Amino acid sequence: MASEEQLSAIKGAKVLMVGAGGIGCELLKTLALSGFEDIHIIDMDTIEVSNLNRQFLFRQKHVGQSKAKVAREAVLKFRPHIKITPYHANVKDPEFNVDFFKQFNVVLNGLDNLDARRHVNRLCLASGVPLVESGTTGFLGQVTVHVKGKTECYECQSKPAPKTYPVCTITSTPTKFVHCIVWAKDLLFAKLFGNKNQENDLNVRSTDASSSSEHSEDVFERRADEDFEQYGRRIYDHVFGYNIEVALRNEETWKNRNKPRPVYTRDVLPLRPVGQNGNKDKASIGDPSSVSAMASLGLKNPQDLWSLKENSEVFLEALRLFFLKREKEIGQLGFDKDDQLAVEFVTSAANIRAASFEIPLHSLFEAKGIAGNIVHAVATTNAIIAGLIVLEAIKVLQNDVKSYRMTYCLEHPSRKMLLMPVEPFEPNKSCYVCSETPLTLEISTHRSKLRDFVEKIVKAKLGMSLPLIMHGVALLYEVGDDLEEDEVANYAANLDKVLSELPSPVTGGTILTVEDLQQELKCSINIKHREEFDEEKEPDGMVLSGWTPALAAEKTKTSDNGPSSSNASQTVPLESEDNDEIEIILKDPEILAAGKKRKSSDISVAVDSEIFSVTSEMLAKRKVEEDDSHNDIVMVDGNLDPNKKKRVQ
Amino acid sequence: MGKVGEELTEQETAIYDRQIRVWGVDAQRRLSKSHIFVSGLKGTVIEFCKNIVLAGVGSLTLNDDRLVTEELLSANFLVPPDENVTRGKSLAELCCESLKDFNPMVSVSVEKGDLANFDVEFFQKFDAVVISCCSLLTKKSVNAKCRNLPRRIAFYTVECRDSCGEIFVDLQNYSYSKKKKEETIECQLQYPSFEEAIAVPWRSLPKRTSKLYFAMRVLERFEVLEKRNLQDNSADDLPNVLKLRKELCEAQCINESQIPVPLLQRLLAARVEFPPVCAIIGGVLGQEVIKAISGKGDPLKNFFLFDAMDGKGIIEDISG
Repeated sequence: MASEEQLSAIKGAKVLMVGAGGIGCELLKTLALSGFEDIHIIDMDTIEVSNLNRQFLFRQKHVGQSKAKVAREAVLKFRPHIKITPYHANVKDPEFNVDFFKQFNVVLNGLDNLDARRHVNRLCLASGVPLVESGTTGFLGQVTVHVKGKTECYECQSKPAPKTYPVCTITSTPTKFVHCIVWAKDLLFAKLFGNKNQENDLNVRSTDASSSSEHSEDVFERRADEDFEQYGRRIYDHVFGYNIEVALRNEETWKNRNKPRPVYTRDVLPLRPVGQNGNKDKASIGDPSSVSAMASLGLKNPQDLWSLKENSEVFLEALRLFFLKREKEIGQLGFDKDDQLAVEFVTSAANIRAASFEIPLHSLFEAKGIAGNIVHAVATTNAIIAGLIVLEAIKVLQNDVKSYRMTYCLEHPSRKMLLMPVEPFEPNKSCYVCSETPLTLEISTHRSKLRDFVEKIVKAKLGMSLPLIMHGVALLYEVGDDLEEDEVANYAANLDKVLSELPSPVTGGTILTVEDLQQELKCSINIKHREEFDEEKEPDGMVLSGWTPALAAEKTKTSDNGPSSSNASQTVPLESEDNDEIEIILKDPEILAAGKKRKSSDISVAVDSEIFSVTSEMLAKRKVEEDDSHNDIVMVDGNLDPNKKKRVQ
Repeated sequence: MGKVGEELTEQETAIYDRQIRVWGVDAQRRLSKSHIFVSGLKGTVIEFCKNIVLAGVGSLTLNDDRLVTEELLSANFLVPPDENVTRGKSLAELCCESLKDFNPMVSVSVEKGDLANFDVEFFQKFDAVVISCCSLLTKKSVNAKCRNLPRRIAFYTVECRDSCGEIFVDLQNYSYSKKKKEETIECQLQYPSFEEAIAVPWRSLPKRTSKLYFAMRVLERFEVLEKRNLQDNSADDLPNVLKLRKELCEAQCINESQIPVPLLQRLLAARVEFPPVCAIIGGVLGQEVIKAISGKGDPLKNFFLFDAMDGKGIIEDISG
């Protein structure tokens, strides 16, 4: 039961919830039951079938409708007299500016992607509104509190980097199924159905230049005299047969590796006459979005493991159906895990490649999870996390700083705890977001263009959406609706110039100021010129540094700054085997870099969770609460000792 | 739609996609064939019901004949506070209507009657029994009935008082397999009954045992001695409760400071449920029942205790 003081804090509060998904539905319900009366909720998503197992405010009949709006209606049924204001919009939209944020007493995040989380963090810092942040993955979850000047901000700790793979592993030497998926999705699918102008490493690099030029770009174009079957077989033979043979010629590569086996349609599907697929007509029924190669081939169970032959049939059929039923979309398709035909194509292509490299094959269900970066999600963890968010929100409203906790929901107990509270850290003094510490960028000022800097650093690394870049008083770049035509032209021209040739040249020693007016975030970047970069290790061709991840600094801090508990330095043992899977997040680097509206292939689409940021290392370094034995002293006697943490209100 | 043999239907696969990725198809299949009984539909149990209906159990049977009061609905998101809707219907009937709508693939029904009077055979048809809001005697007797059946029935009791909650688990002899690295290990757990567990002498428990565990036992005992309804206490009872604390601590040879006064005060004053705690306890309970049915994951043994004041969610093994 909430105390009188808690109740009055709750009743007077105006809260903003960002996200009405898995955590959001639970959170809105728990807020309403707890007595909150003025709740605003932003979510840009619409309801999907795969949400229904946990987003309990939604029903089958709501599929396709706004999450924020349907969630409001559902909660008003059991709490009709409270005020819920829904926004079916992106939290990054300009209307949600600092002034908008300022009207709230606390912001509660139930988001599913890093980009939006960083954006909200910055607006909370700029508006001085406390933030309670959360995330879940399977049975794991966490709730953290971020209050400007009192605790660390969301970005004080560097987040685990999304997993990326060296280009050559994907193009030539896959060893895991995920490599085949990335190849099938980002290279083959993109090549055949995506934007033709995008760079693509699909054709293996061969030392034998003459032979690869013979199979030039137009291999992937359908010839005028080809039917879909012939075209499909030619593509198949090219990517699974010919390309592998080309790769095999590079003997150096295979010295210490198993050689792949080229696969040709004539070996796998020798007898299939052209255009004689029995169930073909079935596929012509229904709308294009429900077109399915599995359906037309009579394959029912997505959990089944298909043979190489079945995969090959799915491959050819999916390709055929794309051209037959969805020709208009070709050239602009991006992979979308909710696009059945795309998933079928990618699954089959990845499996054929896996077979060629003697990597175990996977079912469509598994392949879809890997390709779509589908984060595991269950209702129970979301419910627990939402409950913990409300507990922290109430403390924040009462300004009960000493009681703030970050709480981790664990799958296996650690020191008997399944829910483990940890005291929040102080702000990281070298955090570029909340403490304006300058950053350092090593970059080749004669080779890198302003565009590279904007895309790879300002948008991807710093997470700014409307950046303004200044060198001294000279404006190099700016985005906005209110620019004059000549300004727009100027900035566009600047984007294509290398840094040292800008009107106000950027060279080693230059200090650039980068600012996002919407986020009210400003930071300085010291430019350091460097000529060479390692293609594999530093694929961006530039290295940003300067904000030290907080962990190293905190380790020393806890011992002198923490309460005088005998356990202050004790670490938390955590089984790391389970946490490994958290890290398997293949975020599409291009999409991250774009930092624009979420695309369908973005990790964030239908997942309610996050790039989970608890790693065993992090937990181990975080200090756990003092022992029970200290509690009763505090609780019974009140808190007289200033060194002890005050626990009681 | 119906279930075709051992395979999940297309609809099941589509709706349960995200959770199948957590616990696998086998576990989902086992869930869809399981039958759950709950009694005492206050906030925590409501949360639990939501969780397992969403997860896709085969059936859920609700028992709670009480008529709706404002207090009973304080942490209930299933029933609208509208007399035109609630008039003349029991809490179980109202919750049933709403839960059915959550997941059309789960069969939700009501069993009328007093929990204490259900016989052994009644419990036979369930895989898990979750009871709340009933006397200590009833808890013990239902637990004993479940243990008397040839088939193992997972038994749980759950109570929330103020911002604290407690779950007790009895899985009898439970074996499950767990994956460690590449290997699969067979694990065996032996659970005591509720009666056996709470009879474990306090002095034999580790010194660091959660204070909430002892405090809950004092209150439970107090209600039995005073012939009180569960949680029908007030702050005025403190002197008598402190007297009981002294007696119990002396008899059990533990220091009274193991059961702090402010904690007892909070538990005594509890009138209305605290929804965030209901969500947390109901979530943990949901997870435990899913684990027990699916045979996936380490089940907790045998108490889970949560206090919002310090934020710790602790597992205690109290098996003597």
